[in-house]
Amino acid sequence: MSPAEIILTHHRRPHHRGTIDAPDGVATRHNPLCGETLTVGVTLDTGRLSDVRFDGESCSIGRASASMMTDLVVGLTPDEVGALTTRVQALVTGDPAAAADATLGDLRALAEVRRTPARAACALLPWNALADALAEALDARLT
Amino acid sequence: MNRTRDDFPLLAARPGLVYLDSAATSQKPRAVLDAVREFYETDNANPHRGAYALSVAATERYHAAREKVAHFFGVADPDRLIFTRGTTESLNLVAATWGRTNLARGDEVIVTRLEHHANFVPWQVIAAERNATFRIAEITDDGRLDLDHLRHLVTPRTKVVAITHVSNALGTIVPLPDVIDIVRRQAAPGAIIVVDGAQSAPHLSVALDALDIDFYAFSGHKMLGPTGIGGLIGRRDLLEAMPPYQTGGDMIEFVGDERTTWNVIPHKFEAGTPNTGDAAGLAAAVDYLSSMGMPTVRRHEQALTAVASERLAAIPGVRVFGPPPAERSGVVSFTVADVHPHDLATILDQDGVCVRAGQHCAQPLLRRLGVGATARASFYVYNDAADVEALVTGVRKAQAMFADVAS
Repeated sequence: MSPAEIILTHHRRPHHRGTIDAPDGVATRHNPLCGETLTVGVTLDTGRLSDVRFDGESCSIGRASASMMTDLVVGLTPDEVGALTTRVQALVTGDPAAAADATLGDLRALAEVRRTPARAACALLPWNALADALAEALDARLT
Repeated sequence: MNRTRDDFPLLAARPGLVYLDSAATSQKPRAVLDAVREFYETDNANPHRGAYALSVAATERYHAAREKVAHFFGVADPDRLIFTRGTTESLNLVAATWGRTNLARGDEVIVTRLEHHANFVPWQVIAAERNATFRIAEITDDGRLDLDHLRHLVTPRTKVVAITHVSNALGTIVPLPDVIDIVRRQAAPGAIIVVDGAQSAPHLSVALDALDIDFYAFSGHKMLGPTGIGGLIGRRDLLEAMPPYQTGGDMIEFVGDERTTWNVIPHKFEAGTPNTGDAAGLAAAVDYLSSMGMPTVRRHEQALTAVASERLAAIPGVRVFGPPPAERSGVVSFTVADVHPHDLATILDQDGVCVRAGQHCAQPLLRRLGVGATARASFYVYNDAADVEALVTGVRKAQAMFADVAS
């Protein structure tokens, strides 16, 4: 599949779309430029992400990025999610090494957005929301 | 062949480009670019300062630009025109100086649901700071200002009515005479009407001496001029009574060790070295529009807007926002079912069609319309029927790409 087809496939049938009944952390991020809103909810089990769901209004880039993200992050520790997020940031801002990184799987389809910084913000929206949700989940466990 | 397009070097160099984002910023005719360059090549010096011929030449160019631009807006007294960086700075100037000295607890500040953030947020902020009440005049479902609601809101406690002349997001032309009538009848004397002219200055004939408003703000870059210059046109007595916005060089009369007195208007509001080069460019832009004739500009845009609205609305799944084209300036704001405006803009861009997608700096308006974002095509003097055709073709292409063939 071409990068555009991969993105459209995730856009039409996004994975893990919805909400979690009793999440450990939930966060919403807005993109004021284009009017996108994305909410990510997570549960943690023995230090690892055990479930993740997303919901909201976004363009195909934001939704596809969220869908691909949820496929990859279940089972990871928050630190591992952080490392992956850094790779995705590199990918959408034009790092050729990240674009060639096979471990990123379908996410590499997002490399095309490097040409338009506004779209890079769409691609990163779910990742930023996920980071916030994880921070909330970790905070909740400490208190 | 579109001859106007040839006047614009960027468009002439890119025959395939379909520029439909003039509501964000216009392209610049060669005459404007030449005027800026020519100023720096022949007359550049710091105006108002040097006792030498070149500085005098720069001063004269700057004054001539002020006079030309004031006359373009139907203003006989050029001192009523303050050059600023643009509409945003002009509106902040009024809110910060007039607002800070005239608003008090219990006063009412009214904006409308149509406002760009630049004529919404400064008033929201200054109202909160002065403990004044901030109110929003609502719109009708088809994106007109709800004059009945405005009538309901304006009271003897109303001190400010800040209102756009033309909505940047929908293109709605606000009937200013009706607004003026309501405010002057119902508000106490001394209430001010502040008009955001960013979207009317480029597209409509505006005769401010004949209009009973207090302030009018505009941006040069939306009306074929350079970025970084625009203006505030105010009532002389108000400008003279207002404190300065910024202090420094050029705006002073006498600087004592303890206190300072201010220069006369317009200089009181133009601290620092003026933007002479861009003023020369703005004067050339005004010449270009005047030679074309604003009624001609309006007719041209209205025709394109009507065709574009009709063609787009005929496509299943497309929703066009705002009142009928005759009541809008050259703006078509629309959504396409199942295609996010951002995706639409990216797909259109692949065929060289530039539209804006998003909230258009008008979040309060988009909340009321119940949409997260729209796509906006906006027309100007250099657009033609082929541009409308490219837009319609691009929208159909995007729909086809996003159509779910499997279901």
